[in-house]
Amino acid sequence: MSADFLYGIEVIINGLMAGVLYALVALGFVLIYKASGIFNYAQGVMALFAALTLVGIMEGQVPFGHLINAIFGTDIHHFGWEVPALLAILLTVLVMGLFAFLVQKFVFRHLVGQEPIILFMATIGLAYFLEGVGDLMWGSDIKTLDLGLPQGGSLWVEDLTAKLGGDDFYGFFIDKLDMVAALVAAVLVTGLILFAQYTKQGRAMRAVADDHQAALSVGISLNFIWVLVWSLAGMVALVAGIMWGAKSGVQFSLSLIALKALPVLMLGGFTSIPGAIVGGLIIGVGEKLFEYTIGAPFLGGATENWFAYMLALLFLVFRPQGLFGERIIERV
Amino acid sequence: MLYREAGDFKTSYKSDSQTFPIAFDRYRYWAVMAFAFLVIPFLINDYWASAILLPFLIYSIAAIGLNILVGYCGQVSLGTGGFMAVGAFACYKLMTSFPEVSIIIHIVLSGGITALVGTAFGLPSLRIKGFYLAVATLAAQFFLVWLFNKVSWFYNYSASGQINAPERFVGGFAVTGPNADAWAKYLVCLVFVTVCALISRNLTRGNVGRSWMAIRDMDIAAEIIGVNPLKAKLTAFAVSSFFIGISGALFFSVYLGAVEVGEAFGIQKSFLVLFMIIIGGLGSIFGSFAGAALLVVLPVALKVIGVDFLGWPTDLVAHLQLVVVGALIMFFLVKEPHGLAQYWRLAKEKLRLWPFPY
Amino acid sequence: MKTSYEPYVTADGRKIGDAMMDMRNITLRFGGVEAIKDISFDIREGEIRAIIGPNGAGKSSMLNVISGFYNPQVGEVWFKGERRPPMKPYQVSRLGIARTFQNIALFEGMSVLDNIMTGRLRHMKAGLLKQAVWFGQAEKEETENREAVERIIDFLEIQAIRKTPVGRLPYGLKKRVELARALAAEPKLLLLDEPMAGMNVEEKEDMSRFILDVNDEFGTTIALIEHDMGVVMDLSDRVVVMDYGRKIGDGTPDEVRNNQDVIDAYLGVPHGEME
Repeated sequence: MSADFLYGIEVIINGLMAGVLYALVALGFVLIYKASGIFNYAQGVMALFAALTLVGIMEGQVPFGHLINAIFGTDIHHFGWEVPALLAILLTVLVMGLFAFLVQKFVFRHLVGQEPIILFMATIGLAYFLEGVGDLMWGSDIKTLDLGLPQGGSLWVEDLTAKLGGDDFYGFFIDKLDMVAALVAAVLVTGLILFAQYTKQGRAMRAVADDHQAALSVGISLNFIWVLVWSLAGMVALVAGIMWGAKSGVQFSLSLIALKALPVLMLGGFTSIPGAIVGGLIIGVGEKLFEYTIGAPFLGGATENWFAYMLALLFLVFRPQGLFGERIIERV
Repeated sequence: MLYREAGDFKTSYKSDSQTFPIAFDRYRYWAVMAFAFLVIPFLINDYWASAILLPFLIYSIAAIGLNILVGYCGQVSLGTGGFMAVGAFACYKLMTSFPEVSIIIHIVLSGGITALVGTAFGLPSLRIKGFYLAVATLAAQFFLVWLFNKVSWFYNYSASGQINAPERFVGGFAVTGPNADAWAKYLVCLVFVTVCALISRNLTRGNVGRSWMAIRDMDIAAEIIGVNPLKAKLTAFAVSSFFIGISGALFFSVYLGAVEVGEAFGIQKSFLVLFMIIIGGLGSIFGSFAGAALLVVLPVALKVIGVDFLGWPTDLVAHLQLVVVGALIMFFLVKEPHGLAQYWRLAKEKLRLWPFPY
Repeated sequence: MKTSYEPYVTADGRKIGDAMMDMRNITLRFGGVEAIKDISFDIREGEIRAIIGPNGAGKSSMLNVISGFYNPQVGEVWFKGERRPPMKPYQVSRLGIARTFQNIALFEGMSVLDNIMTGRLRHMKAGLLKQAVWFGQAEKEETENREAVERIIDFLEIQAIRKTPVGRLPYGLKKRVELARALAAEPKLLLLDEPMAGMNVEEKEDMSRFILDVNDEFGTTIALIEHDMGVVMDLSDRVVVMDYGRKIGDGTPDEVRNNQDVIDAYLGVPHGEME
């Protein structure tokens, strides 16, 4: 087998793993959209905020330190303690839960029944707001997230696959962190699907996603479900934030994940959990493969910025509801 | 008492459908125009021009353009930044390829080129609606930015990828380049704004405008009563892109003088103009101006208060700007989805009855 | 196969002519469901034709076929003596067919006046550039068509609400505005989908009077779907009865009223238990 072909396979494997991460982020969107019809543009910023909070708590930062210093002329930055990772994660989950509650109470409760575009724009406002608050709370410099996750290329995989090629081939280079991320994402996705299918709250969530009125009539509290859904999305955001943050540092570009998830959802349909997964994988592989085969050699590279969108757009023209989305039937 | 219609009867349909039916409004309009054209050019200086007036005028054109597409026709677009880039780069290529031709013509042509590009990217709107369309326009946004970055023909093969506006004159006065006076730049932009506003007013009060709004409100019914959806949507994209292209061309040549495509026309720009029309009011030309004004003045005001007055560090103020803008968006959407334009309408309603409460 | 009628004049002086709309062997399917099964009937010029039947009979679907929104899988639609090929809905409206909708399809963001003006689209020719300039042809057309619309506003007595945003109107007025919009197109054939739905006795009387006036003064052919039997019997010249996608009756109101199949369809009793 030629080295080029094997490199192609490596690209595909890396693409699959990137795809799992995309799917994870897309899941956060699907959850909220299914339950409330809101497309949450702020999902990416939520991931950033979650990661920032996690790091901030772990390092004992003073929230809003920068602002307090400016107003009162003080010079405080850290409390002086450090919080162990597991406890910090728990606290961050609580913070995201609080965030879900506040967002529901002050914003989305008042927008019930509005058109989707209004809801979408509200989430864009939320994204800006949250980004600003996150920066004010924890500062906007790049942070490193050290959770003790394994990093660097996996020697084990390299050695194992080196035998496949000729003398030029050194084995697949797969980052250990990516493998861990893919594993965590897979576990989370399975967990969410099980939750949705088999628990009481999960069933209630699906009922709300289907029909608000009907759900109300059987006694489900819409507000509770919405807070639940936003909290879940927050947790998913946290995991995504950790994975991406461990890889490339916790910084603003994390919030652009939302923009990556959009083509995934366009492909998979906004309301389908399996769609988010399949869509994520397709985009992950497609992106990397395109860049490898056509982008880098012929188009000067960096095609990953837009390829996913073009792919999704093409798809949509032929199938406007995505792969798994609900057929849009219009009646007069 | 002052602001009223009593005794002011319209005796023809023509006068009933004029832009400002109430006499007071008409006088106010002419007063503003007189002030803008005859007074400001003598008072303006570089700081006011570059910090407030020029961006306000230029973003107003973009806001009107986007409002036509989103507010009147109901087609959501997140590609405004990319289309402004088309306008800017078209202007640059025209200016450098045909240096003898007047810059005014180049700017109008840039608008035309952008209209063509916009129409092409608007084709998916015939099959895709709502969110999906918004996301599809993101494809346009990212692709265009990548295009102007990668294909060096667009920036005349310069090493940095940046485009610089060569010096050009209108009526003997420099309007681009470092020697251009503030008032000259201001007047050029003002003329374009006035013409664009007049054109959009005419289009939105006639058949084209009604077709757009019909598509927005109920596209199936619109088609059944005779609106050709293809024509309506594509003209919305075309007209909208025309204005946005002009805005981009002015932004580059008159206002900034030099741009790098990634930072000047990225997705942040698309959101900025979208915020302007949400806060200002969808489907309202006045709203486009109001939103542009608020979002141009706000960061400047915050900076002046935060940095100059309170002495806070600039990055802190930048974060605060994000918080305030985000909060404003959410506030307007929750409390007044029709934006500042609605507050204006309500204020006028109250004024019509003043001093009576109802 | 072509139906041909002798024109005649009714007792109250209306001229009824030859067949204007001829539906021939129409079958309409949605996936596996046949909404309309091999139906043929015609509508004569100048008459008022009612389409009635129990819920779910396929009446609205039939109207949608007539207005071009659905294209039948089998059968032909003939309009004014010529076969009408499958075309887009907006092209059908250019032929002179206008309609109202069961669940009101007005443009809620626009005023009453603007809504009715949208009905004038096929009468206004000024292109994009001319409209951008406004002064000249565009303004002239706008004023002329405004006059036409004002005549309809007078006719339907809705002058007071002409600048009101449609979303704020009560149900009965919305229905009237929708009728105005359809009339603004000066159609040759007017399709009304349950124009009396949700109205009280007074409103029904008003609407009935408007419908008769439209037919009488403008000579407009009217096809309407309606559930109120009293209205149907009083207003219409001929009636088509549908049930489960099939035609079970076709004739004058009296003929249809005494048709056993029609009675059974509405009452739902098997033949034997009628005594």
